[in-house]
Amino acid sequence: MSVVKASNVYKVFGKRQNEVVRRLEDGADRNDLTKLGMAAVIDASFEVEAGEIFVVMGLSGSGKSTLIRTLNGLWSTTAGSVEVLGTDLATADASTIREVRGKHVSMVFQHFALLPHRTVRENAAYSLEIQGVAKAKRLEKAEEWLKAVGLDGWGDRYPQQLSGGMQQRVGLARALAAETDVLLMDEAFSALDPLIRREMQEQLVELQSRLNKTIIFITHDLNEAMFLGDRIAVMRDGRIVQIGTAEEILTEPADDYIAEFVQDVDRTRVLTASSIMRETKATISIEAGPRLAMKTLDDNNSSGLLVLDDKRTVLGLVSDRAVVKAAREGHQTIRDIVEKTDLHTVSPDASISELFAPSSTAKVPLTVVDENNRLLGIVPRVALLNSMADPGPATGEIPTVATEPEPMVESPTAGQNDSEQNAAFAQEYTIPTESVSNGDAGEASNDAEGRKL
Amino acid sequence: MDFMNPRLPLGDWVSDLLTWITSTFQWLLDFVTLVLGGLYDFLYLVFSSPVFFVMIVILAVIAYFAAGWKVALFTLIGFYFVRALDQWDNTMSTLALVIVAVIVALLIAIPLGILAAKVSWVSAVVKPILDFMQSMPALAYLVPAILMFGIGQTPGAIATIIFALPPGVRLTELAIRQVNAEVVEAGQAFGASPGHILGKIQIPLAMPTIMAGVNQVIMLALSMVVLAGMVGAGGLGGAVVGGISALDVPLAVEAGLAVVVVAIFLDRVTAALGQRTPIERARKAAA
Repeated sequence: MSVVKASNVYKVFGKRQNEVVRRLEDGADRNDLTKLGMAAVIDASFEVEAGEIFVVMGLSGSGKSTLIRTLNGLWSTTAGSVEVLGTDLATADASTIREVRGKHVSMVFQHFALLPHRTVRENAAYSLEIQGVAKAKRLEKAEEWLKAVGLDGWGDRYPQQLSGGMQQRVGLARALAAETDVLLMDEAFSALDPLIRREMQEQLVELQSRLNKTIIFITHDLNEAMFLGDRIAVMRDGRIVQIGTAEEILTEPADDYIAEFVQDVDRTRVLTASSIMRETKATISIEAGPRLAMKTLDDNNSSGLLVLDDKRTVLGLVSDRAVVKAAREGHQTIRDIVEKTDLHTVSPDASISELFAPSSTAKVPLTVVDENNRLLGIVPRVALLNSMADPGPATGEIPTVATEPEPMVESPTAGQNDSEQNAAFAQEYTIPTESVSNGDAGEASNDAEGRKL
Repeated sequence: MDFMNPRLPLGDWVSDLLTWITSTFQWLLDFVTLVLGGLYDFLYLVFSSPVFFVMIVILAVIAYFAAGWKVALFTLIGFYFVRALDQWDNTMSTLALVIVAVIVALLIAIPLGILAAKVSWVSAVVKPILDFMQSMPALAYLVPAILMFGIGQTPGAIATIIFALPPGVRLTELAIRQVNAEVVEAGQAFGASPGHILGKIQIPLAMPTIMAGVNQVIMLALSMVVLAGMVGAGGLGGAVVGGISALDVPLAVEAGLAVVVVAIFLDRVTAALGQRTPIERARKAAA
């Protein structure tokens, strides 16, 4: 069940709100209705699941801050409904809404919104104070949460004595101390300088991995949205234009506006190995003999093969030299010539930024495997570099890798794509002495990309 | 009525109205007189009963705890000086009247200011009334006050209350309105009731500005109390008015200086109290 469910939410400010809603439903543009009222949120529908970080992203004036305020009843909706854990805020009375806020939905504010006349500890305990928790108990709990956000020992200070980042940690501790299921974060890190912001984002992710809250995060920073969001809703002029995962928005933008928007995103933090990995047919069963290996090498124009068992578990590599040698010496299987030293596996969730270091030193493409060490695909260096360059097709049209075992060898007529991939594979399978020149080539193309960016 | 030479008998109407009010609401006016007069008599008794030096020490101690030793020292010397000018009884009378007027004025001004900050139509109604109260010459209050309450302390107190009230309302409204909206929103977002938000967030954060309003009310009350001497409120005002009418320069100067001493004492002490609100304490801790 979804924790927060917004259905066709409209929020209009002004004198003739219902009229505005009616006209918008008939397809009018909100800019033509400014005399009747200002539509801040138009027909917003989404559901947020438990344990999810749902990011609402948009520029200022896009309605995102208004939208988040309808989720805890700070603004009532003009039309549509907002359900929080089954309570419809549109029809609830004031005391019910207050109860929902106290028990189920807490909030972190852009400018921290701490009480300046209270100490850090008292601020962190504020949410509990409203819930009527006894003083000693709530201060004790507040201290625990301050510790959890890394503010151990700061409890007796006043907010003004803390840096911006620390103040926001107090805000976070206050919201977490309420122990609500839902956490609303309104531009929570936007007022912080970039280094602190990054640190806070990472801390939030780390906290979330332990607490598993339902977080609705508002931001105008696309990088932040991509980094934090399990799903992202992009808002423009009061409407939600697209809802999807970071990768979906990056690789399949719903319209030109979003496509233009995502151009500047730091792709290395968003795209993962799974989104840029490529299929490979340069594989062979551990049971196969050297002759079959030679044929597969030949079919794929490859200089090496990934060795798999019948569950597609990656066991290692065989190089062309070793295969030829084994065939000449009359080995029955390739079992003896499998080597592992050059094999470098990564998880499909690894972000691209984590792949650069291993890729730059590896002699063969990085191998993407699942948690059971089964082959999902490979990341040749060229794919990595491509992903940095071109927002659209290069990352968008990668065929998904089949998970079920494929026929072992006998690659059918390889498509253009395949041969390209395998060429990459082949190139990087060359023997160490030549890898120097390969490295140069890699760097050269890197420079070229650098200029292009 | 001649169009080219208009004469609107507004003054007569107001006068008739006041006469009507006086006769119709005599019981209410008597009650007000009883309360204000009684409060004044009580305070005057308290202030003037002890030997003057005991009273000076008490005032100095208050000054010390509120504002520190410098103001306390000034209080000792200043009030001893007042006694030396033979204005002690007048000064205590004035002090009692100021305190009565200020208490009543604040009891009206602060709730009204809060209400005006919360309810926009109250603000819209109150604002022109306050403008009227402030711009009307202070002396003009005195005549109707005499008409309604007779001669004595009560009309003086009433005129003082009306004159001193506006800054209290205005600054309270301003203070509540300028409390950081996000902090108020935070209170709401955590499920606080409106009463909690007012009592635990808005008023504490507004306190420095509210105290500035209180300070203004006190200073205005003091200046008006002197004028109230004209309607028989006695005290330093009575002495100054007496000095004017008799061209008694020594009396006018001595009473005038005593007013200055009281003014400085009240101003410093209340200003210092404004520095002792929780928010100011937090600010100092951070500095």
